[in-house]
Amino acid sequence: MTNSNRLSGGQIDRTKPLNFQFDGKSFQGYQGDTLASALLANGVRLMGRSFKYHRPRGPMTAGSEEPNAIVELRTGAAQEPNTRATTAELFDGLVAKSQNRWPSLAFDAMAINDRLSNFLTAGFYYKTFMWPAAFWEKVYEPIIRKAAGLGTLSHDPDPDCYDKGFLHCDILVIGAGPAGLIAARTAARAGAQVILADEDFRMGGRLNAETFGIGDLGAPDWAAQQVAELASLPNVRLMTRTTVMGAYDHGIYGLVERITDHLPQSPAVKPRQILWRVYSKRAILAAGATERPIVFENNDRPGIMLAGSLRTYANRWAVTPAHQVAVFTNNDDGHRTAIDLITRGVTATVIDTRMDAKSLGDYETLAGGVVSDTAGRLGLTSVQVTLANGAQRSLSVGALGVSGGWNPNVHLTCHQRGRPAWDDRIHAFAPAGTLPAGMSVAGAANGVFGTHDALQSGHAAAIEAAASLGFAPQSIDIPDTRDAPVNLTPFWHVAGAKRAWVDQQNDVTAKDIKLAHQENFASVEHLKRYTTLGMATDQGKTSNIAGLAIMAEVAGKSIPEVGTTMFRPPYTPVALGALAGRSRDQDFRPTRKTPSHRWASEQGAVFVEVGLWLRAQYFPKPGETHWRQSVDREVLQTRKSVGICDVTTLGKIDVQGRDAAEFLNKIYANGFAKLPVGKTRYGLMLREDGIAMDDGTAARFADDHFVVTTTTANAVSVYRHMEFVRQCLCPDMDVHLISTTEAWAQYSVAGPNARKLLQKIVDPEFDISNDAFPYMACGDITVCGGLRARLFRISFSGELAYEIAVPTRYGDALIRRLLDAGQEFDAVVYGTEALGVMRIEKGHAAGNELNGTTTALNLGMGRMVSTKKDSIGATLSTRDGLNDPNALKLVGLRPVDRTKPVPAGSHIMTKGDPVDAAHDQGYVTSACYSPNLGHHIALAFVKSGDTRLGEVVRLVSPLTGVDHDVEIVSAHFIDPEGDRLRA
Amino acid sequence: MPDLAPITPLGNAHPITETYGPVTLSEVVDRALASVAARLDTGPDAMDNLAKYLGTPLPDVEQISGTTQQAFWIGPDQWMITADFATHETLATDLAQRTQGHFNVTEQTDAWCRFDLTGGQLADVFERLCPVNIRAKSNGTAVRTTIDHLGCSVLIFDQRHIAVMGPRSAAASLHHTLVTALRSVF
Repeated sequence: MTNSNRLSGGQIDRTKPLNFQFDGKSFQGYQGDTLASALLANGVRLMGRSFKYHRPRGPMTAGSEEPNAIVELRTGAAQEPNTRATTAELFDGLVAKSQNRWPSLAFDAMAINDRLSNFLTAGFYYKTFMWPAAFWEKVYEPIIRKAAGLGTLSHDPDPDCYDKGFLHCDILVIGAGPAGLIAARTAARAGAQVILADEDFRMGGRLNAETFGIGDLGAPDWAAQQVAELASLPNVRLMTRTTVMGAYDHGIYGLVERITDHLPQSPAVKPRQILWRVYSKRAILAAGATERPIVFENNDRPGIMLAGSLRTYANRWAVTPAHQVAVFTNNDDGHRTAIDLITRGVTATVIDTRMDAKSLGDYETLAGGVVSDTAGRLGLTSVQVTLANGAQRSLSVGALGVSGGWNPNVHLTCHQRGRPAWDDRIHAFAPAGTLPAGMSVAGAANGVFGTHDALQSGHAAAIEAAASLGFAPQSIDIPDTRDAPVNLTPFWHVAGAKRAWVDQQNDVTAKDIKLAHQENFASVEHLKRYTTLGMATDQGKTSNIAGLAIMAEVAGKSIPEVGTTMFRPPYTPVALGALAGRSRDQDFRPTRKTPSHRWASEQGAVFVEVGLWLRAQYFPKPGETHWRQSVDREVLQTRKSVGICDVTTLGKIDVQGRDAAEFLNKIYANGFAKLPVGKTRYGLMLREDGIAMDDGTAARFADDHFVVTTTTANAVSVYRHMEFVRQCLCPDMDVHLISTTEAWAQYSVAGPNARKLLQKIVDPEFDISNDAFPYMACGDITVCGGLRARLFRISFSGELAYEIAVPTRYGDALIRRLLDAGQEFDAVVYGTEALGVMRIEKGHAAGNELNGTTTALNLGMGRMVSTKKDSIGATLSTRDGLNDPNALKLVGLRPVDRTKPVPAGSHIMTKGDPVDAAHDQGYVTSACYSPNLGHHIALAFVKSGDTRLGEVVRLVSPLTGVDHDVEIVSAHFIDPEGDRLRA
Repeated sequence: MPDLAPITPLGNAHPITETYGPVTLSEVVDRALASVAARLDTGPDAMDNLAKYLGTPLPDVEQISGTTQQAFWIGPDQWMITADFATHETLATDLAQRTQGHFNVTEQTDAWCRFDLTGGQLADVFERLCPVNIRAKSNGTAVRTTIDHLGCSVLIFDQRHIAVMGPRSAAASLHHTLVTALRSVF
């Protein structure tokens, strides 16, 4: 049956046959075919099963509005479900599969649903699956989902790559039909930068489906001529296979361009699709119109399709679903389908609802007739016609074209909540109200259905748009066209029809709509949600209007009184991969690497993500089989001799200006105005509401120059906060901020031998002895023979410690040099785990304690909030609620049984009290095993903790089964007097 | 001269040069950078003095000026100054001394990585990278933008030579992004 239904002509390349498979069977089509046209050419009308009732279905349309011919394309990881066969471009080797059927498309066991249709009406699920509640998610939903008509996923990662991009134009023309083509040409000739986008792989829109002439050319040839001229213009970008899927603010449109979907093999580095963000000054929507069906009994059999689509298959793809066809219409356009088919040797009969309808060619017209039923289990075999006189007549046909008129494609006009208005002239909703800024609508999308009128409309829209942008557009000649008016008399559905499908993708029937009204879901929005009308992936492009018409009839209203639901982006389904673009897997977000990254990698460091940074977590040595072994070694060696840690990730903000000190006084709760040059001070930053925001240090390098250090996690938010204060709260201050986090490689050198180690690399003219460079000193120095560097004597570990910074390009060399120089001290490099252990041992607060709920008082830093000056957050930190004498205080915890852990997240209960929220005494924020103390320790916030030192409390974590006693102790487990860091 | 060997932002001893179709992608490490920001009361005389020292007028919004020492606009009364690293490693110190009291100067040399793209069809590449309308920009334009989540400066010397400056720590990510776009086009 190879190409048994192929006609002559068409816009396919018969010199390029393409082999493909559908449900395991091999077929042949031609270059230029879609999957649907190629299957129809091969006599295949049955392409899918319906969503709910598993009814046999074939293509209803020839475009992106298709509700029925939904298939799975490709195999393996590249398998894509729920794809429209009517838009899938055929390529050699394409493998397609029908979906939502078992065991086969021809025999589907789930078709039993169709027999149970009386029970499966609208609202069936809501009414039936109510009890017991525990079954909702675990039993009912999986069963219903399995039974419903969705395709299957491969469950493998998408093997394709996707991209995003940005385009700019003066005028974006959406749709390359007659109005779009002439609009683009007019605007381009005026000198505007034009983008013409069309979802089809061949520009021309409806013209490719017609046989009438434009000027001296046939419609497809005229379209090709226009495209050729546009392609020759440097200011025009033609984008085929590109769907304008959304209209957004400020003239921005979302476009999805399919780059490789039509290729047998896509190059590995080429994106499959690109999501373009188009910045347009003006846009002309020339998206055409979608034909609407008439609703009648059993109107969903394979072979029943829209009349215009039947004509498209015949004219563009030289295909007919059958050689005996009928057309059911309420307008003259249906007759045009019959004429074109007859011209190609197909036998056609027209059933026209209009009593005065006449044949416009050599075929029979049944004026005043309606299709009252159809027959054919897996494909249409006959239609039952009720004639004007009430008599019945059966027509043996394999295809039926249905035309109930045309609806302008208003979707993009609604993406900014514009509401279309009913147009009595065309009996359809047309664009109205507030359109997206800069948009105008032309051609059939604006309800202008004649081709000549559409050309004029597109031309006029382009003239107006170009002129509005300052161009001087010239009129161009509008060619004569020889199409005919539609002459429509509204007819929505055949009276009495029950099993008549309105929304074929979601299996919504006329009966469902009447039921919704009967159960008082009469609002159009309620109707939509109760019946799911228009909620499938086609957004009801072929069904909404019929649904509204039926609702209007049962409600005794007009269609405009019923109203219409809202169209939202995307216009057609968009692959999630296209929305993600390059941002997936390891490229989901950028990675920041520290200056010592290369060295750390060489050492086999285990890295941890800290925000965007990759930091070395610990450095395993041979023989160490558990991370704790590495961390314990790093901690012990640092406290015993010297350790080095890359702390480049801490935020570094350069603060300069005459008012720099005053500015820091403003943002820090403690005072900075009197900090001497060459000194560093610990600072606590509060939010406006008095809650602690971040801590860090500020080093004064000159009267008008500070370097502020923030925590790694808060580097961006602190900088943003400081800029806000500078620009908005203190614009009169002479102060300037700039981030230098990236500019300097900074290492902590900590431990009793830290000074001795540094003295080996710091140039001899700089004295860093304890007297010359005491605790909290800072200054510019040089190292390793003249390299400019900064030295800070600050300590996070509690040891004698420095932080040394050099220009980042030398960071790799510096850590290697420090280790070389440190060999005599058995210097060790430590990672973030050891860093964390040592700061907990020392009792230093970090992100776990600065958790957005804690105050200076909680942190034991209440006295740091100066009352002698105004600083951000100082006033609100005096609120009663933040100064409760029973407030949480930062303390240390150690287990009574030293073998027990003290896990973070555990809660503290007074011994003897019930374990419940009402008796909660606080919670553990940070915990670790202290290799120096030989047991676990923790930092915790405990109510009045500072007065409860020595008290044994109960540590509980019902989720993890923790329940044992711990003792409240000082948070400073190591060197509470600070002798080490001042040594 | 310090006895330490520098590495490039991509972590190598030497900068990379790669070719994709008609475009050459080069890692640039031989430019010193310093930001200068005028203080609140800095007057026109101080501005002129800075311009004379640089040998170029201070550029206006989105503009680049200069040859030996180049400046590009980064904010109101703020510029980034670039010069040859070999001869201007201490650019920031020099500028601070020359403009003392009038400008806040901060060393930025190693805060940034820079990749230069030279060759044809660069606009086709950049339309997959950032929202800057490269085709509409004149020669000597500097634009601050975002490329794959990274805050970057794009310096359009001409349509066949465009530099991208991004955060040094994310050089590998930025390089990957540029290469992905180049491979996507060519």
